[in-house]
Amino acid sequence: MVRLTRDAIDFAALTNEARHPHCGAVALFLGTVRDLTGEHVTVFLEYDAYAPMAEKKLAEIEAAVRQRWPVREVLMVHRLGRLAVGDVSVAVVVSCPHRAEAFDALRYAVDALKELVPIWKKENGPDGTGEWVHQSAKPGAT
Amino acid sequence: MRVLLFAALRDAAGPTVEVNLPAGATVRALRAELARVLPSALLARSAIAVNHEYADDSCEVRAGDEVAVIPPVSGG
Repeated sequence: MVRLTRDAIDFAALTNEARHPHCGAVALFLGTVRDLTGEHVTVFLEYDAYAPMAEKKLAEIEAAVRQRWPVREVLMVHRLGRLAVGDVSVAVVVSCPHRAEAFDALRYAVDALKELVPIWKKENGPDGTGEWVHQSAKPGAT
Repeated sequence: MRVLLFAALRDAAGPTVEVNLPAGATVRALRAELARVLPSALLARSAIAVNHEYADDSCEVRAGDEVAVIPPVSGG
């Protein structure tokens, strides 16, 4: 299950949703809004997405995870819009029979999301200025 | 052809730009047209998506395709 949302992410409900009798491991990653990047102070973030492509890429990542690891659930939810410091911007949950594969699958899913999914954040500082973050490599270049 | 823009490119040039491309044009030709109207350094670091898929420079762009410029992403 993959989803973009403008609402707060209920990561407790999401984590519960991934539990299953066949799974001895449920791994959760939360991305949260940080107040400091180096010396740069962030007051709030704005996330925007190319929604139809972002949903497609998230679904492809879920499919790749399912192909590679014995996962029961792969749940990826990314929030869009204005977020305050401490808010959850992304939640990824996987459930597997054992913990090693859960950790590996989760790591892969989060890394792929950050590399491939067309979502952008704008860091807004205390002086009222904001800047889109475009520091990663060219997306999709393999 | 209408090309979708996002993030800093959208701030620079609006949500879409119109480019004129001959039939059978490639992503490479599209990039050359876009370079006239978009900040070239960021364009060079951006991917082109055709119908929601990353497209390399040799990919052909057809009438009716949904085309977007994808600057370096920062989700997560």
